[in-house]
Amino acid sequence: MTALATLPPWLMLLVAALLVLGSTLTLLGAFGLLHLKSFYDRLHAPTLGTSWGTAAILLASMLCWSWVQDRVFVHELVIGLCVMVTTPVTLMLLGRAALHRDRAEGQPDIPPAPDRGEQD
Amino acid sequence: MSRFLPHPLLSCALTLMWLLLTRFSLGHLVLGSAIALFAGLAFARIEPQAPRIRAWTPLLRLVGIVSVDIVRSNWAVARLMLTNGRHGARKSGFVRIPLRLRDPVALAVLAVVLTATPGTAWLEYDPEAGTLLLHVFDMIDEAEWHALIRDRYEALLLEAFA
Amino acid sequence: MTPDTLLWLALTYAQIALALAACLATLRMVRGPRAQDRVLALDALYIAIMLLFLVTGLRLGTPFLFEAALVISVGGFVATVTLAKFLLRGEVIE
Repeated sequence: MTALATLPPWLMLLVAALLVLGSTLTLLGAFGLLHLKSFYDRLHAPTLGTSWGTAAILLASMLCWSWVQDRVFVHELVIGLCVMVTTPVTLMLLGRAALHRDRAEGQPDIPPAPDRGEQD
Repeated sequence: MSRFLPHPLLSCALTLMWLLLTRFSLGHLVLGSAIALFAGLAFARIEPQAPRIRAWTPLLRLVGIVSVDIVRSNWAVARLMLTNGRHGARKSGFVRIPLRLRDPVALAVLAVVLTATPGTAWLEYDPEAGTLLLHVFDMIDEAEWHALIRDRYEALLLEAFA
Repeated sequence: MTPDTLLWLALTYAQIALALAACLATLRMVRGPRAQDRVLALDALYIAIMLLFLVTGLRLGTPFLFEAALVISVGGFVATVTLAKFLLRGEVIE
């Protein structure tokens, strides 16, 4: 708590609130990941952490560093952009992989592949 | 312009990122621009078609709408987690949605939007039939999801991308 | 309760919550039951650890942990995509 002690009280409260919000959402996402029953339900759980969980903590970090270093600190935007762009790719690929595997194994309650001979 | 800068947006974004990650100086500006130009040329070999954006206003409106939706659905999904899915009454399900969008960049933006919003997961897009398979966390009404995606996101994307 | 202690409490809480989230994700990764569950859990674990690095960096007052967080987020993406690709192509016999 060396550099953080120089923050004004209102900014401290704001940062504290953002940190609590972000970490709680991430924790809830992880809890859902463990708790939910089917894989497709679990696919939704980490998005809590990657959307507002990440955004809130990045915002808190950005506010703090901008104040402490006395210049606008935008490094966090790069991480935010990175997470924002990469999460969909990950989740889409995982979703497709899961569908593919479930269909290959003939699991019930899975929507059939679009009817065009072969699927990729 | 198009010969040396086939992907102006990409190169601009890369230069900006380079400057953000390092301290601003003339040397870094030159180095970052050179790398961005090179990356643009390299990317043109992989993906020759640069995205054609017709109008920026619908995109900006989409950003606004989506940020509100992300907050709302975060709240909804977090509440569902806490109440154990309305005490066991929550049902999830698959939805197949026909799309009018064909532009790959627009589809990519739609994918980012749908995945970033908790509660919907993009599973599979079928380019021949133009249908999208979604998994919805809290399925109340299937028709509502059709309408939501068509009117709220797809219409704006159709406007924005030529 | 001054804002000072409140911020300290929030930082502690965030660290504990993120560590717990990483533990829960690890538990899911160990438990499976299927390969896609493990990969999904790995991705969630990466995110939780990255956020933990950011919060710890904030607490210690060093901006260096930030670079680590950036590397984790990029590395995690590459790892998960590779694993998902493997699940799509590698194991299933068509």
